[in-house]
Amino acid sequence: MTKDFRAPTDTSPDVPVYDSARLGTPFFSEAKALWEYRHLVRELIARDVTVRYKRSVLGVVWTMLNPLLNMVALTVVFSVILRQGIEHFPVYFLGGMLFWNFFAQSTGHAASLSIDAAETTRRIYVPRSVFVVAAVGVGLVNLVLSIVPLLLIVAVTGHPFHATWLFLPVAVLLGAMFCTGVGLVIFTLASRFVDVRETYMTLLTPWFFLTPIVYEPSLVPEQFRWLVRWNPMTYLVEVFRAPIYNGWLPGHNTLAFAVVVAIASLVLGWAFYASRIEEYGRGA
Amino acid sequence: MVPEVPAQPPAIQLEGVTVRYRVAKEVVSSIKEYAIRRLQGRIEHDELVALRGVSLSVAPGDRVGVIGPNGAGKSTMMKVIARVCRPTEGRVVVRGRVAPLLQLGIGFHSELSGRENVVLQGTLLGRSRAEMEARMEAIAGFAEIEGFLDAPVRTYSTGMGARLAFATATDVDPDVLLIDEMLAVGDERFVAKCHERMAGFRERGKTFFLVTHSLLQVEKTCHRAIWLLDGEVVADGEPGEVCERYREWARSGASAPRVQTAASLDA
Repeated sequence: MTKDFRAPTDTSPDVPVYDSARLGTPFFSEAKALWEYRHLVRELIARDVTVRYKRSVLGVVWTMLNPLLNMVALTVVFSVILRQGIEHFPVYFLGGMLFWNFFAQSTGHAASLSIDAAETTRRIYVPRSVFVVAAVGVGLVNLVLSIVPLLLIVAVTGHPFHATWLFLPVAVLLGAMFCTGVGLVIFTLASRFVDVRETYMTLLTPWFFLTPIVYEPSLVPEQFRWLVRWNPMTYLVEVFRAPIYNGWLPGHNTLAFAVVVAIASLVLGWAFYASRIEEYGRGA
Repeated sequence: MVPEVPAQPPAIQLEGVTVRYRVAKEVVSSIKEYAIRRLQGRIEHDELVALRGVSLSVAPGDRVGVIGPNGAGKSTMMKVIARVCRPTEGRVVVRGRVAPLLQLGIGFHSELSGRENVVLQGTLLGRSRAEMEARMEAIAGFAEIEGFLDAPVRTYSTGMGARLAFATATDVDPDVLLIDEMLAVGDERFVAKCHERMAGFRERGKTFFLVTHSLLQVEKTCHRAIWLLDGEVVADGEPGEVCERYREWARSGASAPRVQTAASLDA
């Protein structure tokens, strides 16, 4: 028997060949694998969206009702009781809150899916990143659905609609990039440790309050302002909310910072995910 | 004289495949505890070698059974071939469409209908939605659940779920079948049906790669057996012979003779 490896060209081109030596660096091979499995991403999103709406009687209504209820409660606290004097507070709040929910939900869901991913990839090859992208995809579906209550609130409060709403896809794209990067890190850690999701959820609460969502940035005392300024979510939320609430496009600096943060998150998250690839499939 | 057919490239090739894991000396499953230990420098690892420079070549149409005690590296070998785990050293080449028939029903979701699960399952195995929808009738027919395709899987009996999983996983035209233990499921009649389908794959000259504890199964279905121990190939050859030696070794409880037999059956 010959021991040499024939060149892959000696088989017909439609026969798939897996060659571990041709995988290359995980950073790129994983990206290629993700692209090859993009149909699975769609199916996973469909699964999670379907399951969510089958399980709950309110289903799709709940997705819209949830931010509304939150909004009512927080409007009472922050505008009536604390008298911040933000005009049309419900619109200001919802504009930020929808984006925060998108972030918190998709990254948290990525952590949950790590169990699913571990179960699946123990025996079958699937690039694990499909689960993270699917988690962000489910978050996107919910974000789009929750635009409905936002429209409702804008109409009810008499807040003007601005042409700047057309900028929202850019804001959502940046958000999705940021979420994917953070999601990849949380997912990779959650694949290794059991308490990552719980720990992360605990950290999300202070993070939420460091992001100007229930208050305006100007309200923050000077000595604490750096906390808000170094918080990437500050910029991403602003890029999403300014077109809705203020009716202007985000300023150059804000936008530039949001773009940098989104790209950095995606690249670093991906690098971290890819650097742990060797550990996958090891052990029982 | 039969004209010499040009040799086909092997379906599965392993060349000097080594798989090493790092295993923590103490299992730390909490990230908070890990962070603290890390700061204290109290994280220690052991190195575990699951496969040690294994080389083997499986010709198309070969039916290979891998045997060996627990921890010998059988499932790691399967994982390396199934692409689930990358070799630390060496090279793995698998040519052709691979059907992993391992742990059926992975990713079956109880809230989803049988139909939705079949599509999802197919996508996990690398097939497209359209392909799965086209095969839906045949799959439901084989699994004998035609009337229940649109009911959620949680309403299925265990047998129905297992039948659907088997029907979905085997509804392929693969070149290489990776089989972990036996996958016959359901009642006796359905088991017979499973065997029939597997026999069909055999007749069509598919490559089988089977990992099992059942020596009888290897002797019955394979024409080549590989005995693994401590991540190394102890024997590789005719199933009856290899299994007999393995039985002897298992009875004696002694350490294995480190003899490499290269008598493979592609001649």
